[in-house]
Amino acid sequence: MNFDYNEEQQLLADSIRRFIARDYDFEARKKIVASKDGCSAAVWSTFAEMGLLGIPFAADQGGFGGGAIDLMSVMEAIGEALVVEPYLATVGLGAQFVARGGGDAQKKSILPAVIEGRLKMAFAQTERGARYDLAHVATTAKKAGEAWVIDGEKCVVLAAPLADKLVVSARTSGQPTEANGISLFLVDRTAAGVSLRPYVTLDEMRAADVVLSGVEVGADALLGKQGEGLALIEEVVDFATALVCAEAIGAMKQANDATLEYLKTRKQFGVPIGTFQALQHRMVDMVVAAEQARSMACLACAKVDGEKDARERKRLVSAAKVKIADACRQVSQEAIQLHGGMGMTEELKVSHAFRRLTMIAQQFGDAEHHLGRFAALDRS
Amino acid sequence: MDLSYSPEELAFRDEVRGWLNANLPADLRRKMAQYEHLTRDDLLRWHRILAKRGWIAPSWPREWGGTDWNLVQRYIFEEECGYAGTPPLIPFGLSMCAPVLLKFGTEAQKKRFLPRIYNGDDFWCQGYSEPGSGSDLASLKTKAVRQGDQYVVNGQKIWTTLAHYADWIFCLVRTDSGVSKRQEGISFLLLDMKTPGITVRPLILMDGGHEVNEVFFDDVKVPAENLVFEEGKGWTVAKYLLGHERMNTGRIGASKRELAKLKEFAAAQTNNGRPLIEDVRFRDKLSRVEIELTALEITNLRFLDQMRRTGQPPGADVSMLKIKGTEIQQALSELMMQAVGPFAQPFRPSDGGAGFDSFAAALAPRYCNMRKTTIYAGSNEIQRNIISKMTLGL
Repeated sequence: MNFDYNEEQQLLADSIRRFIARDYDFEARKKIVASKDGCSAAVWSTFAEMGLLGIPFAADQGGFGGGAIDLMSVMEAIGEALVVEPYLATVGLGAQFVARGGGDAQKKSILPAVIEGRLKMAFAQTERGARYDLAHVATTAKKAGEAWVIDGEKCVVLAAPLADKLVVSARTSGQPTEANGISLFLVDRTAAGVSLRPYVTLDEMRAADVVLSGVEVGADALLGKQGEGLALIEEVVDFATALVCAEAIGAMKQANDATLEYLKTRKQFGVPIGTFQALQHRMVDMVVAAEQARSMACLACAKVDGEKDARERKRLVSAAKVKIADACRQVSQEAIQLHGGMGMTEELKVSHAFRRLTMIAQQFGDAEHHLGRFAALDRS
Repeated sequence: MDLSYSPEELAFRDEVRGWLNANLPADLRRKMAQYEHLTRDDLLRWHRILAKRGWIAPSWPREWGGTDWNLVQRYIFEEECGYAGTPPLIPFGLSMCAPVLLKFGTEAQKKRFLPRIYNGDDFWCQGYSEPGSGSDLASLKTKAVRQGDQYVVNGQKIWTTLAHYADWIFCLVRTDSGVSKRQEGISFLLLDMKTPGITVRPLILMDGGHEVNEVFFDDVKVPAENLVFEEGKGWTVAKYLLGHERMNTGRIGASKRELAKLKEFAAAQTNNGRPLIEDVRFRDKLSRVEIELTALEITNLRFLDQMRRTGQPPGADVSMLKIKGTEIQQALSELMMQAVGPFAQPFRPSDGGAGFDSFAAALAPRYCNMRKTTIYAGSNEIQRNIISKMTLGL
């Protein structure tokens, strides 16, 4: 039992915090969000230089061979600074499919480029009507000689406008909600037949609905085994869910720190409002919720890689996501309430933390979705 | 980061678990499982079984019978007791009076009281709260006046748990009322419950149980040698006790046992022709409690790990464990009552009791009884005040 970061993890945490303090404060973030792409190329190269893009990839690809536990401190820092660059989409999702399911040639052509910051990725999965059901894939991939032809529509593909390559789930056999028959393909975002309807998300990131119309890819675009993609999708989405739990811890810390500071400085009736017990107890409950959430983020990050039994892994990740979703709502809502009218404005960072926390609560499944999965997987 | 116990710790857990299972008498196990009230003899019998094994007072120094277990081992032992469903160890002697004597007592006091606490010869209770002094303990009024080599005590204590079983009571009393700070002028006194002038009056709780009492003191003469530490320094003693390491505050083990029991029970109840546990509305509530409990277990281990590494006492962290631990205990007892449905209503048989389901009838009273958990040992609101002040600096 040891809940400390090890020396390498601590160094990593310190270096990203230094970078954020220097180059990613609230003002810098505002400029990035307002820019054309909504993403800073300079920040991305710095991430690459710091080695952040290589943490969870094998050494022979140029990575550090780490896991979710090693990414925890990074995700926390990203959450605290409300980083909008597509770290999760690239490192936690897109490239994970390649690292876990790709063949040697695919790994060679993609992972070093990701690690060096030359390639961004996104995972095109969600479809209209699917909600959080990962088996709901109606997009089709049909064999045409040696090639595949993909047709369908993917929704809310995070970071799609920024991505060079998309990992697309498509059905190679079976009915739209069947577990078998789902395959994964690497598709260039600029390939013929791929069109995007891009938008800015509530939490100020970039995303798009992606229409795939007769998109032709070669045999080498198939990731993993044909028709057996669902297990890999579940594995990678669980991994990304654990990471987003860690990100939530950072964003909650930001909201709690800002609120506590506000309680100590804002005066009404001639005294700091933090002297009022009604507010003190709400603040305490926010802190307690964040501590409980941190425990579950630790559990999710430790077990998502370490737990060999897929059923148990899913159950624990769901448990974590329920707690995180509940805590995200409580902390974000209370942070705004305790800030009063100022909390409602765009001018304070806390309102941006509110927006991110609100989205995290639903990302990869809301509390109710994960309560259902948690209960369904109970063996006792 | 590693969330698991070491192989040594796991071996220790297995040893404790195996021993508890082999040595917990069947009738006590059954009484606990059925939520029956335990008698003085029940409590002392289990106490003596543990004393004989040498496990009754793990945190005491070795010379007085301690086990030299480290922090994690002590935590594991306490949680395993809860998980096994052993009778509770009454804390007033073992983990309240004894640590005070070890820290502040004279050699004579230690020699006189500690072995008897260890062996279960004396049953202790705690005289802190008064009718006008609950959360605001320092306002206490029970008076002790020094007359020669004795104190004369007059006043009243309330919520005195198991005073009707007790041989001894330790009390906070006011020895000086002319002080400017209320925390001064309080003393820590040990009283033999057989002393003339002490009257115990039961306070029956809404579940029908007799746990707590009022204790009246009417010109009770106490030898001055029963004063612990200095006269007027009782608040220092009381504060030491409040900060004393108690890492089982979250009661994780006991709640895990209740959770398993709830699942089994809810699976056996029928709701619209299906097992109740499959009802989504019920199941969601149950799952949320289970998740909160999982989180609390890890939170508890995180605090333990932090204490182990820094050597710092738990401080306000214990308040967090108390708040969440008691909320979970209450939620579990509420779901258990809800699970039994209409049969929550029967309370006690009014004739011989043939065919009366006493387990089902114990569930609603237990729900009633568990309301105490967020009130006792510093109400959860007081715990929030502590976190607010100590952790947040508000």
